[in-house]
Amino acid sequence: MRLVLEQRAETGWALRLLSPLLAVALALVSAAVMFAALGADPLAALHAYFVLPLSDSWGLQEVAVKATPLVLISVGLAFCYRAGVWNIGAEGQFLVGALGGAWLAVATHGGAQGPWLLPAMLAAGALGGALFALIPALLRTRFGASEILTSLMLVYVAELLLDWLVRGPWRDPAGFNMPQTVTFSPAATLPLLAEGGRVNLGTPLTLLIVAAAALVAARTLKGFEIRLVGEAPRAARFAGFDAKRVTWAVFAFSGALAGLAGIMEVAGTLRQLQPGLSPGYGFTAIIVAFLGRLNPVGCLVAGVFLAVTFIGGENAQIMLRLPLDATRVFQGLLLFYVLACDTLLLYRLRLLRSAPA
Amino acid sequence: MTLLEAILLTVITASTPLLIAAIGELVAERAGVLNLGVEGMMIMGAAAGIAVAITTGSSAAGVAAAILAGMALAAIFALLVLGLATNQVAAGLALAIFGLGLSGVVGAPFVGVPREGIGKIAVPWLSEIPFLGPVLFRQDPFVYASFALVIGVAWFLGRTRAGLVLRACGESAAAAHALGFKVLRIRFLALLFGGACAGLAGAYLSLVLTPFWTSGMTSGRGWIALAIVVFASWLPWRAVAGAYLFGGVTILQLHAQGAGVPVPPQAMAALPYVITILALVLIMRARGGGSAAPAALGTPFVPDR
Amino acid sequence: MPSGSARILSAETPLLEARRLTRRFGALVANDAIDLAVRAGEAHALLGENGAGKSTLVKMLYGLLQPDAGQVLWRGAPAALPDPRAARALGVGMVFQHFSLFDAMSVAENVALALDVPEPLPRVAERLAAVSSAYGLPLEPAREVWRLSVGERQRVEIVRCLMQDPRLIILDEPTSVLTPQEAEGLFGTLDRLRAEGRAVLYISHKLEEVRRLCEAATILRGGKVVAACDPRAESAASLARMMVGAEVGAARRADRGDAGPVRLSVHALSLPPDEPHGIGLHDVSLDLRAGEVLGIAGVAGNGQDALFAALSGERAAPAADRIILDGAAVGREDISARRRRGGAFVPEERLGHAAAPAFRLSENALLAGHATEGFAPGGLVRRSRLLGFVDRVTAAFDVRKGPRDPEARALSGGNLQKFVVGREILRGPRLLVVCQPTWGVDAGAAQVIRQAILDLARGGAAVLVISQDLDELLEITDRIAVIFHGRLSAATPTGWTTREEIGLLMGGAATAEAT
Repeated sequence: MRLVLEQRAETGWALRLLSPLLAVALALVSAAVMFAALGADPLAALHAYFVLPLSDSWGLQEVAVKATPLVLISVGLAFCYRAGVWNIGAEGQFLVGALGGAWLAVATHGGAQGPWLLPAMLAAGALGGALFALIPALLRTRFGASEILTSLMLVYVAELLLDWLVRGPWRDPAGFNMPQTVTFSPAATLPLLAEGGRVNLGTPLTLLIVAAAALVAARTLKGFEIRLVGEAPRAARFAGFDAKRVTWAVFAFSGALAGLAGIMEVAGTLRQLQPGLSPGYGFTAIIVAFLGRLNPVGCLVAGVFLAVTFIGGENAQIMLRLPLDATRVFQGLLLFYVLACDTLLLYRLRLLRSAPA
Repeated sequence: MTLLEAILLTVITASTPLLIAAIGELVAERAGVLNLGVEGMMIMGAAAGIAVAITTGSSAAGVAAAILAGMALAAIFALLVLGLATNQVAAGLALAIFGLGLSGVVGAPFVGVPREGIGKIAVPWLSEIPFLGPVLFRQDPFVYASFALVIGVAWFLGRTRAGLVLRACGESAAAAHALGFKVLRIRFLALLFGGACAGLAGAYLSLVLTPFWTSGMTSGRGWIALAIVVFASWLPWRAVAGAYLFGGVTILQLHAQGAGVPVPPQAMAALPYVITILALVLIMRARGGGSAAPAALGTPFVPDR
Repeated sequence: MPSGSARILSAETPLLEARRLTRRFGALVANDAIDLAVRAGEAHALLGENGAGKSTLVKMLYGLLQPDAGQVLWRGAPAALPDPRAARALGVGMVFQHFSLFDAMSVAENVALALDVPEPLPRVAERLAAVSSAYGLPLEPAREVWRLSVGERQRVEIVRCLMQDPRLIILDEPTSVLTPQEAEGLFGTLDRLRAEGRAVLYISHKLEEVRRLCEAATILRGGKVVAACDPRAESAASLARMMVGAEVGAARRADRGDAGPVRLSVHALSLPPDEPHGIGLHDVSLDLRAGEVLGIAGVAGNGQDALFAALSGERAAPAADRIILDGAAVGREDISARRRRGGAFVPEERLGHAAAPAFRLSENALLAGHATEGFAPGGLVRRSRLLGFVDRVTAAFDVRKGPRDPEARALSGGNLQKFVVGREILRGPRLLVVCQPTWGVDAGAAQVIRQAILDLARGGAAVLVISQDLDELLEITDRIAVIFHGRLSAATPTGWTTREEIGLLMGGAATAEAT
């Protein structure tokens, strides 16, 4: 007996909704098995991972803080992947965006600052991310070099660039030789939503962007163009759409969102540049994008879920001495299951008895 | 030992893991499957290799474990892309993320545990040749293995019927299926071979190159191996050239840093990645837009049965 | 299973027999209890429309598909066919319609792949040369397949099949890609094979060919055997009736006066191939008048793709004045701009080019109409307008589908083609360029489409039909030109030329003479 795939003629909406939920369920079961294998009580670990972060105000705020960059980056990536453009270097675009915005904050520190500064920083962040993302777009459309490899290689370049800046030219002279910039002044800091809270203006801004992106994806000709280029490139050419232009557009858009996420993280949460300022948001956002079915609203839900795993992972490390990398294992497993369940949308599984001889 | 000999020796050690991983991926891609998870399989090989080597005290057991770990990850990938016909790019990314995470979990108890590296084997008589001898014939077993792999793969793909069938699967899965070949089975075996090679390359990192475990120690070598396959136009011998080019650049920047070249060390460290990008661009230009890739590379195949 | 005596091989025992062979795909019964008997040395035709179940049946006979029920007998004994290897071991060989060749490999390598007893490549090349010269099918073993013409590729398939010394050779639509002269050559080869006592199972929908070649025929319709007959005793019309299950009419041509003014004019258009192994265009010129149907005949892979891309605007011409539409130089305009000028286009590939398989019909309407039909004013897609358009196409062209707005891949080939053609014709274009309008479409749909094309021309539009189906071109065009290796012959009025003359041009003979 063998399992074979049989193509479906139609995919119902219930199945589309069910598939990511099934993937999450399977990943949770696998995670429980993994926790047990690591010698922890699976229930306690699951509780630390997925319940504790949501059980008090501080945890909820922390989830929002972590979800913000994940959602923002993943919305951009969703457009890329819909267009069949494999930008996997969002981590680098995130960092360069952070650098672009932080440059203004560092350059004007103790000097001429004003209300113009913060919007300018956000714009510079988005621009930095977009320009950095256009490198692989250029190499792809001009030379045909695989954007998968080039965008990823640029992540390492961006990390080293950040490292050099905070140890060299941008290091805080009064920082006891620590590799970090000055702490940003209030004019260069995203205001908090509530005094004493953790959530800053970046979170509502992200929600606005999600709404706009959802509209573009679902209702506009541009959204249709992007989807068609990814789904059937030849048909897209027949429709009069230019695949190269779409490649540029989605790279620029996703780079801008990743860059914006970067500067918002720096100007809102960290308030200074330091090496290792991202716990891998750019890579986790890939998983968010797929779990969210490449749909902006889906990315919002999926981003919150994965933010929970980040905080849960820290909880589990402190309380149960589970290694922090267990979170990454869970995230990788989740992506496996998401992809596996997506197959169910296109095919049905059929159990086949071997033909009688 | 002269400085040149020393440099050549370090170039060889830097290039060998790239070569081993690239040759494995090359076979998988010639069968038509793009496995972007080389980085994940490689680092799992590194983690499993050192974990088992320290626990059992046997380097051979460590190497075997590394190979098995690479194959196990490749099998998971195969289940997804062959069994369930998922998108190969996405599944490869998942494998890379999963492997990086799992290696951290597996390697955590062994962080900072030092270990004697695997020694070198001198080929009797040949290693006595001045200059060439020490460089070519006084190497660790992995170096010999890497060249044995290249010779074997080149022979297999070019001269054997099984190699012909494998290439046929990479050219057109539908046509190979119509002739009665078990495309998915052949691709599965090719993926396992790629996983084994990636695991072996990982073992080289943790058992020879830097004989201790650090998290994320592959630092992008798996991705560079993927670039080498493109650079090599899917030909085994050109993969040697590619691997040694990238290995050479890595060593060059280390020596330049040591020699006090007035450039920030970060800029030197970025060199291998920048060179990878440049090499990809140049090879695409040289081909004039045409592709040397197997025609069916990356396309899922579902036989209608 | 019949009782023991059937094992004795007599003159009456068929070489191959299928008994109540059944195969389902999901809800679709592709083959419903098929009976078929092929005798040794016989040329047996398998007739049926697209979707009748011919391919499914021969795939089961070749071991590529497993039946859900029924059995196959070889020389009277039940035979298991778990894979093609087993079929080849029995003595069944197959020549595929869409050739199962590997473009990047040499002829010898392609042949070696099909040999079940591995031989070293030099030996294969040697035997290959022997077989190909014995049957008059010349081939160069070291040549890569992508360098070969379609006819040569078929030769590779046939020689590859013959090297197994098969007793039964299955040919799936072998002449659909050949010129009439190449087809004659193939018939000669087949006669030889039969003289050697080999049986041929010949799949076709070309009835004259079948009447000439075969002494037995099994006719499928809707997955069932509807008749078994001697085609020589039937007329083409009676065979067609059995295949289709109804009377098939030819498209009605309107009596027209003179054609109108020149609407589309192409001057000395050259275009490089857009892929390494492709064919470009060389110095192509043509004039197309309003109210006229111009046919472009030619064997597949002779530049039709490039011609379609250049005329539609998918690829820009080197200079604007290479292509004149209604007096305007449009060579540099993209496809959307040409649509706004009244151009409409139907490419050859339905799924993936004309339509995106996983997209709904409404989205596929948007695909071709976003520039001209006001579907997305201000960039915002109006779904209600799309659905209204889909309903109009459905009604006008009798598109049969389950839900109101299904995904394109859920439609049958004929219905999707009606949608794709209807989508263009309903816009009332001034120019229609259509590629293979009825390729792989059932007779009913083909008739609807051909009639619509003729009606459009009668209404004053200029129509260019690029097709490999010579019969179709002879039926609906006013003039015919032939494309060969990217060069286009001068067009001649359809009534003035014979099949043979066109066939010679399709084979590359006398292109210079014709111009």
